[in-house]
Amino acid sequence: MKTFFAVLTVLAAIIALWYAACVPMNIKGVLDQAERAGAEVTPATPKARRDLGTMGLVANNSFAIGDTWVQERPRLPAPHQVAVELWQTTVEKKITSKRSLIYHGQVTLSATLLGFAIGTGLGILLAVGIVHSRVMDMSVMPWAIVSQTIPIIALAPMIIVVLYSIGVQGIIPKAVISAYLSFFPVVVGMVKGLRAPDAMQLDLLKTYNASTSQGFWKLRLPSSMPYLFASLKIGIAASLVGAIVGELPTGAVSGLGARLLAGSYYGQTVQIWSALFAAAILAALLVALLGLIERLVLKRMGVSA
Amino acid sequence: MVMVVLAVVVWCLGWWLNARLAASPAAQTRTVQLLVPAIFGITVLLVWELLVRGLAVSLVILPAPSVIAARFADSLPILWQDFVQTILKGALGGYVIGCAAAFLTAILVDRSDFLRRGLLPVGNFVAALPIVGTAPILVMWFGFDWQSKAAVVVVMVFFPMLVNTVAGLRETSAIQRDLMQTYAASYWQAFFKLRLPAALPFVFNGLKISTTLALIGAIVAEFFGSPTVGMGFRISTSVGQLALDMVWAEIVVAALAGSAFYGLVALIEKTLTFWHPSQRS
Repeated sequence: MKTFFAVLTVLAAIIALWYAACVPMNIKGVLDQAERAGAEVTPATPKARRDLGTMGLVANNSFAIGDTWVQERPRLPAPHQVAVELWQTTVEKKITSKRSLIYHGQVTLSATLLGFAIGTGLGILLAVGIVHSRVMDMSVMPWAIVSQTIPIIALAPMIIVVLYSIGVQGIIPKAVISAYLSFFPVVVGMVKGLRAPDAMQLDLLKTYNASTSQGFWKLRLPSSMPYLFASLKIGIAASLVGAIVGELPTGAVSGLGARLLAGSYYGQTVQIWSALFAAAILAALLVALLGLIERLVLKRMGVSA
Repeated sequence: MVMVVLAVVVWCLGWWLNARLAASPAAQTRTVQLLVPAIFGITVLLVWELLVRGLAVSLVILPAPSVIAARFADSLPILWQDFVQTILKGALGGYVIGCAAAFLTAILVDRSDFLRRGLLPVGNFVAALPIVGTAPILVMWFGFDWQSKAAVVVVMVFFPMLVNTVAGLRETSAIQRDLMQTYAASYWQAFFKLRLPAALPFVFNGLKISTTLALIGAIVAEFFGSPTVGMGFRISTSVGQLALDMVWAEIVVAALAGSAFYGLVALIEKTLTFWHPSQRS
């Protein structure tokens, strides 16, 4: 309960800071507009205003503070503007509409999930191979670890173009990027997990005369679950980033990344912020969903209550 | 056709060599443990080269490693410029600012139990979000040059670093803190002599996670607008010109810079936290 109030306080403080930051960020635009509309603005010329600095402008024109929160194309939109835009583009628009964030979110989500499934599947397979084969362990594992320090996302534009030039387009290129971003964290986490049983437990299974596959299904796999889910949570967040970045270089017309890019081309800041929040909500939902599955699976496997 | 057969032969040879090495009694020595992944890497490169030449794969799909190496050697000045712009100015600048800010915030947060309870869940939540998405906004605010890239990096590294440092500062046990109390140590004495050293493994964990994030942030932010220099800019324009050898050369630079950056932080960690169980082997 105490934590709940503390979190609420922090959130309230962030929103208050956000509103406060809107004033100096947007004041210049508001004053320029007010001058054009014929209002009294001090100082009167745009040049003098530029020299004065934002804090001076706010002090001189306190009447304009209210307007900084309702501007059409603000440099920093106020929280309620983003919330209204989010509401309008999710609930009030038809899902099939090109302006509905649900539509764009679903485009990104399907690429994310497809890529995540491929990446996780391959990652788990490779991890099983690594645990059971010394050669694979010694030759592949160091590269899997090194690959985590490399910004592999730099490959994204190239993958899109290469796949396009051999005739593959649509959801697949984005899914490929999502897949390889989630692949390496899953490999590293899963190898750690499959090695988690200690020598005592392995010896016990040996005294039971258990075969390798029995040892795998009854001991290694259940004990790897906590590690697997920890890396799945990292992997799904990385997959989403991959799908969003994968939408940038082709100038895609649909998807959250395309909304971000279009917003930045046309100066539609409210649109950028709402796409950003939609992506954040999507990421949070995916991680929460994995957390739920984790709880169920761990209970089923008897790892923890 | 000969080349394709040769590629298969090279692959089998490399794998057989590694299998022999891994099964040999010398498998636990450090040389072999470095040798095996090296052989694997060289095998992959050779197979790649032979397959690309043997199947006559077009340059716009996959250039051979030798072509990439030649391009790399030819365009060293350009690559160096891009490296300075993206890695040294954008990524490193943002990394230093972001990590320092997060570290100082963590010390402030740690002094208040209420703040810590409130900020940790929020920080954990934000650390999982696709923060690269803020790049278009920050590019709009800070202009096309490296300042906006550094700003993206600051936002990206701040929360992972904050969460790790706050967790680290709680690492001391009550009995250790009591000991400091019996010595009549002031807050800052106890901080520098006990709690900061105890927090270092966590701090370095945050620093290491942040190295990769910093490079990702700096490169991706350039996709949203940049001056005519920088790794992200070069990658996106070279892809547009189908000059894939140049793209691969930039990726080699990114890989080298990423591992060197990470290695440097890991090295500092090793010298500073030599006492920690994970460093003594």
